[in-house]
Amino acid sequence: MLLEVRDLHVEFHTRDGVAKAVNGVNYSVAEGETLAVLGESGSGKSVTAQAIMGILDMPPGRISGGQVLFKDRDLLTLKNEERRKIRGQEMAMIFQDALSSLNPVLSVGQQLGEMFVVHRGMSRKDAKTRSIELMDRVRIPAAKERVGNFPHQFSGGMRQRIMIAMAMALEPSLIIADEPTTALDVTVQAQVMELLAELQRELDMGLILITHDLGVVADVADKIAVMYAGRIVETSPVHDIYRAPAHPYTKGLLRSIPRLDQKGQDLYAIKGLPPNLLHIPPGCAFHPRCPMAQAVCRTDVPPLYTVDENRRSACHFWKETLDAR
Amino acid sequence: MGRYVIRRLLQMIPVFFGTTLLIFLMVNVMGDPIAGLCGDRQCDPATAAQLRTEFGLDKPVWQQYLTYMGNVFTGDFGTAFNGQKVTELMATAFPITIRLTLIAIVFEVVIGITLGVVTGLRRGRPVDTGVLILTLVVISVPTFVTGLLLQLLLGVEWGIIKPSVSPQAPVDELIVPGLVLASVSLAYVTRLTRTSIAENARADYVRTAVAKGLPRRRVVVRHLLRNSLIPVVTFIGTDVGALMGGAIVTERIFNIHGVGYQLYQGILRQNTQTVVGFVTVLVLVFLAANLIVDLLYAVLDPRIRYA
Repeated sequence: MLLEVRDLHVEFHTRDGVAKAVNGVNYSVAEGETLAVLGESGSGKSVTAQAIMGILDMPPGRISGGQVLFKDRDLLTLKNEERRKIRGQEMAMIFQDALSSLNPVLSVGQQLGEMFVVHRGMSRKDAKTRSIELMDRVRIPAAKERVGNFPHQFSGGMRQRIMIAMAMALEPSLIIADEPTTALDVTVQAQVMELLAELQRELDMGLILITHDLGVVADVADKIAVMYAGRIVETSPVHDIYRAPAHPYTKGLLRSIPRLDQKGQDLYAIKGLPPNLLHIPPGCAFHPRCPMAQAVCRTDVPPLYTVDENRRSACHFWKETLDAR
Repeated sequence: MGRYVIRRLLQMIPVFFGTTLLIFLMVNVMGDPIAGLCGDRQCDPATAAQLRTEFGLDKPVWQQYLTYMGNVFTGDFGTAFNGQKVTELMATAFPITIRLTLIAIVFEVVIGITLGVVTGLRRGRPVDTGVLILTLVVISVPTFVTGLLLQLLLGVEWGIIKPSVSPQAPVDELIVPGLVLASVSLAYVTRLTRTSIAENARADYVRTAVAKGLPRRRVVVRHLLRNSLIPVVTFIGTDVGALMGGAIVTERIFNIHGVGYQLYQGILRQNTQTVVGFVTVLVLVFLAANLIVDLLYAVLDPRIRYA
């Protein structure tokens, strides 16, 4: 296994108390595999990713338990310098908003070339040549002329391509893409997603795709992990989950996708709000919003039940959910 | 870019005439320059009248101004009452003050920015609180107190420096006065850098730089500092003008015969020609410093383009 997250706990110490952002997350990604991590804002999907990358702001953040096994090494026990060398070389991250995530005062060539200069000890001239190659590879037109341009001189889609190029630069074995298409136009979204999937296949990389867009997931992901209040509530191969969700939350998410065959009907929405991470409800965190909640849901935290060989669901009533369709 | 510079230079013309006229009028309002020349006694009316004609003081003010400006453009800044050419005074005073200002700027840049970066990255820690209190003290205490105190301690009590700078004002004798001159601005530079660093340290592109696996030093210097210095450069640039004209107190304390000293003497003796001449040059320095700052902006931040 390329990456295995085991029972990861992350909390944030704030003035109002301890916010439990990640509460025992388990997931794994193999070489060449795409894992989609799905969830609302505040479900802990980005925080988990930051903990894996080692770019969590600490303090206020604190990793209070668990393991992050990357190529059989626990990253959380490594020294800072060792982790730094893994970042960029062996795992890389693509961020949501490329405009704010790229440095406004350095040319894209400088920002791309930096990877080769720092990690590979290349000369600036060679690094520039490699930057142009990278820009060609992510299909930025006139790469040679544009290598000296600054991020603000590119369109949103082109900027995201530069982010992708930067992540791909040293051909890492794992890429974490944190909502890579959210800030883009719908037409550009598809192009960028396609490019990402294509490069992933070519380089046989593991990909963690963090998103709240179920439409994006269906095409590219191999398996899905759904997160709620810092926990995994369901994991499943991608097609099974669309056919028959085994958790009421997943079901709610799927029902809230607008569909052409339901024209004229009201759009479904999961009632209520995501939980306050300072006071996560006891029992199943989803119970205040769950249409199937019973007394047991208010007291007992559901374990990850085994639905079948490849599927897990953290719902006391996963069977009923599956059957109810 | 070229067009922008030309436009800015043209804008300087009205500012130049406006300020010089204002200074000219202000010096005239100060009173009769001849009255003070003969000490406590009344001047001999015949001598006074002769002096007035010689310096053109019997003419209306607007005519005096026009004559003066006409002379300025031929490089003639007039003659002080003691017979010395004002340009001669400038030739000795300006190099000294420029030297002093440069030393002060070096202090601001080196100490101010270093302290700002260190505290900005360690917000709320003891270093940060300590430096913050120190800057508050420096800003609150007037320059003449810091200056006199350092002169007394370092110069008189411990004999580390010469309490009074020699007429040639060599660089080593100007170090302590330079520090005194820089002190308040240095505190501001520290605070400005600190705020800017702390703000930008949370920026997304800094997170990206960390995620790229860059060493911390490179993240701070190449990514964080470059973005954070934009407001600091503005402050230091405009401070060049302020330091050159504002050295009056420091130059008096350490007996440095620079611009501040000459201005002080000029005002004290109601020496119109000296005061107007020096201030005119200072106005030009100030305008030039501002223009350079605006151009530096575009160098530091590629998003700014002047057309």
